[in-house]
Amino acid sequence: MEFELNETQRLFQRSARELFAQECPPTAVREMIEKNQPYSDAIWNKLVEQGWTGLIFGEDEGGLGLGMVEMAVAFEEMGRALVPGAFLSTVALAGSLIGKACSTDYRAKKLQAICEGQIKATVGLLEESASWNPAAVALSATAVDGGFKLNGKKLFVSDASVSDCIITAARSGPNLILAFVEAKSSGVTIKPMPALDATRSLSAVEFNDVVVSADDVIADGAKATAALEHALNVATLALSAEMVGGMDWLLEASVEYAKTRKQFGKPIGQFQAVQHHCANMLLMTESARSAVYYAAWMMGSDPEQAPLAVSMAKAYASDGYREVGNLAVQVHGGIGFTWDENVHFYYKRSKASELMFGDATYHRERIASLLIDRTESAKAVSEAAD
Amino acid sequence: MDLNPTPAEQSFRDEFRSWLHANIPEGWDPSGFHDEDSRQRFEFLRAWQKKMYEAGWVGIHWPKEYGGRGSSLIEQTIFIEEMARVAAPPLINVLGVSLLGPTLIAYGTEAQKKRFLAKILGADEIWCQGYSEPNAGSDLAALRSEAVLHGDHFVVNGQKTWTSYGHFADWCFAVVRTNPDVPKHKGLTYLLIDMHSPGITIRPLKQMTGDSEFNEVSFQNVEVPVENVVGSINGGWEIAIATLMFERGTLGASLQITFKRQIERLVELSKRIMRNGRPASEDPIIRQRLAQICTEIEIFRLNQLRTTTRMAKTGVPGPEGSIQKIFWSEMNQRMQQVAMEMLGPWGQLTKESDYAVDHGQWAHAYLRSRGNTIEAGTSEIQRNIIGHFVLGLPKSY
Repeated sequence: MEFELNETQRLFQRSARELFAQECPPTAVREMIEKNQPYSDAIWNKLVEQGWTGLIFGEDEGGLGLGMVEMAVAFEEMGRALVPGAFLSTVALAGSLIGKACSTDYRAKKLQAICEGQIKATVGLLEESASWNPAAVALSATAVDGGFKLNGKKLFVSDASVSDCIITAARSGPNLILAFVEAKSSGVTIKPMPALDATRSLSAVEFNDVVVSADDVIADGAKATAALEHALNVATLALSAEMVGGMDWLLEASVEYAKTRKQFGKPIGQFQAVQHHCANMLLMTESARSAVYYAAWMMGSDPEQAPLAVSMAKAYASDGYREVGNLAVQVHGGIGFTWDENVHFYYKRSKASELMFGDATYHRERIASLLIDRTESAKAVSEAAD
Repeated sequence: MDLNPTPAEQSFRDEFRSWLHANIPEGWDPSGFHDEDSRQRFEFLRAWQKKMYEAGWVGIHWPKEYGGRGSSLIEQTIFIEEMARVAAPPLINVLGVSLLGPTLIAYGTEAQKKRFLAKILGADEIWCQGYSEPNAGSDLAALRSEAVLHGDHFVVNGQKTWTSYGHFADWCFAVVRTNPDVPKHKGLTYLLIDMHSPGITIRPLKQMTGDSEFNEVSFQNVEVPVENVVGSINGGWEIAIATLMFERGTLGASLQITFKRQIERLVELSKRIMRNGRPASEDPIIRQRLAQICTEIEIFRLNQLRTTTRMAKTGVPGPEGSIQKIFWSEMNQRMQQVAMEMLGPWGQLTKESDYAVDHGQWAHAYLRSRGNTIEAGTSEIQRNIIGHFVLGLPKSY
């Protein structure tokens, strides 16, 4: 039993860190934010070139075939560099949904397109109810000759503005269906939903008599629900790992600042009030990291039991990233409140990440239902640990 | 990263689990309330440790030549997890097993190891810790109890306080001043003192809980042989710190046993305690609180596993132990508050009340947890340690 990255995983971590230092330096992120373009072809093409778009997909599907722990490493590094763009939506969310929901041929075709960088994809789930629970999906799918007609509106769809396709959760009678919709399809209108975090776009997507063929309905009923839950678990894990990377960046930046900024003739990091803020940031960052890597391990080794660990990771990271962001701004003082310092980009990302895929309250309720409501419940944590 | 047990680790787990299953004392009630300071509880736990030792289950990570099992730190962790799983009775000589033992193994002479180690494991000699003094708490190095060398022995005079297990202890590992004329860290010596020596007076300190876990111990012309020095004369600070590292790095881990037992009990109680006309387990706010505590207890376990993995490679606990000390102490205070909130008016009832829930243990635990962020190094001191030794910020004092 060893709870630390092995040599190969550390090498991967190092090369990822170097890749983003090179390809996505803070100046590039700032430029994208200031131009209000939360995506860059240059970075995307680099990721494709490195095989990253196939990170978690099997080698037979054109991917790298890496595990969930490696995925967490990759996302942690992206979170540290605040990499903008469609990677989370395409690979962790849409990609894992395709991987779980689709029949063999269709899956092979679509995953290959993702691995090779031919398409960027996202998932349309939230509606007016703003619920992450698949049961809340109401967008209407009416059966027509050889397929379905979609009508309704999806909200908070991440990266839809740059995606080639939107896997849309809809309801046909009592049945949940998942439809593969080309973003350019007739009847699809994508409008931006400007929000705090300018590194990840959100869109409202309207469906007016959008026709999808039966082939493009990739799953329905219980299979669709299960696939969606799986994809949300993978994406929530990836996002939580990304959040740990952001926390780590904020901690490092704050400690560095506290060592150099002087007041009363000495570094502010010599004052206990400031030291204690930094100590709290470390405690939360390391604790979130423990929760995330454990969840990654569970997703890889025991997916049935993993949702509990994933929810614990997201609940803790949601509160933790926000609070680390607060402390980072506080330690930086007035400078931390300025546009020119980079802290606020992470501060905003922390809030957006907290809200994505369910906030801490949402995930704690999931934890409660797993631990309190199930009869075998209270033993679940220790059994999972055995 | 590999959280699967190796075959050796798995067979260790299986073997210990079945031993525990067969040997947990009849009538042991993990949620029952015991006076922390009662003699009866002490003797019960002492017999239990002896039984575990004789079966080879104390000192898991200690070398075999000193009576330990010679197993890895990971197996030590598995040991704790298994103890927690069945809410087994704890080891009574915890200060000896977790603090002094590892310190002696690292710094003691061969004669000291032979003399003391096996008796620690078998609970034949119970140990207490003589660190704090009335005027040396957080600023430990300012301590004033003095030891003056007279030929082959020291004469010790002074006072120690917050000495847990003092009233049951046979021996004390203490830090005393042997040179008052040098900077405060440089004149200290680590001494092993026989608590049955003439000149030692023990006075229990009554805590806000009403218990007396701690004591004031005064030394009046107490003679201690010079061979009871650990390390060198005036070289005691390094060893005192090493012991504190063991305290923060490893002792906290065994608290999982208590935390786990308590949260499982709270989840059980939540289904019976009524709140606004329905079981507390259906109250959204209580569900949030319980889920948060479950999460924190799990993270405490995971942080410990990461620390242990690192320790297994480097051999010694690092200052990261301070993270765990802050984590568990503040978490326990939150957990006890959640218990109080959930139990409503019932939570405040003490063991004397016929209406008390679980014999008043929640009222007691609520009060007891208040001390957690003070004992074994305050949260403030721990944050100073993290700031300076982990994050590299300039020393503040």
